[in-house]
Amino acid sequence: MVALMGVMKRVSLIFKSKANRALDRMEDPRETLDYSYQTQLELLQKVRRGVADVATSRKRVELQINQLQQSSDKLDRQARDALSAGREDLARDALTRKAGVQTQMSDLNTQYTSLQGEEEKLTGASQRLQAKVDAFRTKKETIKATYTAAEAQTRINEAFTGISEEMGDVGMAIQRAEDKTEQMKARAGAIDELMASGALDDVVSGPRDDIQAELDRMGAGHDVDAELARMKTELEQGSAPRQLESTPEPAQGAADLPSAQVAQPADQPSAGDGQ
Amino acid sequence: MIVRILGEGQLLIDDSAADELNELDSALEAAVERNDEVGFAPALDALLTRVRAIGSPVAADVIEPSALILPQRDATMAEVRKLLSDEGLIPG
Repeated sequence: MVALMGVMKRVSLIFKSKANRALDRMEDPRETLDYSYQTQLELLQKVRRGVADVATSRKRVELQINQLQQSSDKLDRQARDALSAGREDLARDALTRKAGVQTQMSDLNTQYTSLQGEEEKLTGASQRLQAKVDAFRTKKETIKATYTAAEAQTRINEAFTGISEEMGDVGMAIQRAEDKTEQMKARAGAIDELMASGALDDVVSGPRDDIQAELDRMGAGHDVDAELARMKTELEQGSAPRQLESTPEPAQGAADLPSAQVAQPADQPSAGDGQ
Repeated sequence: MIVRILGEGQLLIDDSAADELNELDSALEAAVERNDEVGFAPALDALLTRVRAIGSPVAADVIEPSALILPQRDATMAEVRKLLSDEGLIPG
């Protein structure tokens, strides 16, 4: 029988039976109104705290996304630096870490959207409940002033059942948001640990930034290596045309220079003239 | 009649829509009964989409129980099962 009733009807009956059980426990119908109003106010507090909690979690995720973005940008720069210094191995290392950082970021972005959704839902739930609680307060005073306890029973039952349904809905929304926030906190904590361990963020900013360290270490020798490389290239390029053309023109020679040299015009005259 | 979508609020729907909604609801219920994860989400979505399309929001200060209550849009089948089994998904 129940199985044929449909989901919609069954859920509504379950909500109603919950409210009825609560009503049965109350002795004086008017006390029911006051008691219910108290629990409504408590729930309002709870849903507002829920909104604040979700917002806090969302901001934490936002902060982490920004940190990871900085990591990603820096790893990208390091890869370029490494590559222009002829260190493809370091560049590869930096890009591999950048890919890892981006995976984390995309995961966090998904979580961020989800938290944003929960925040919106809870905010809406809070507003709807507020409106109903205000209406309930007016209604309960009207019922208490106008009707005898016996007469009031039907109206109280209806108001109580109606508000209970709203409260049940809001209560579940809070629960769902709390669950998501908890999951989020666990993930955020894990990412903080990853950053602290140097696997992500410290690659960029901390003492374990081995890529940067290697680049820095190369710093002094960097110019020498670059100059050596440029010289080699020049020698290779220069020897071929000189064999073919007896009088190489300086302008042509300059045009043939690799772009890396064009970026350092100050070095060109001496390097070109010297060879 | 008043229909609630959990997490979204109450909507007023003309009684004449009952047959149509029952049909969509039966598909949802059948998916739950069959434990059909694949069929569940589209069935829920179809029902919610139709209810939203034909319903008009009930004023926020109206305090009335709903004739029908629908699971929230991102509900899992497990959540709907719990909802139907009265196992305390509804607090209080």
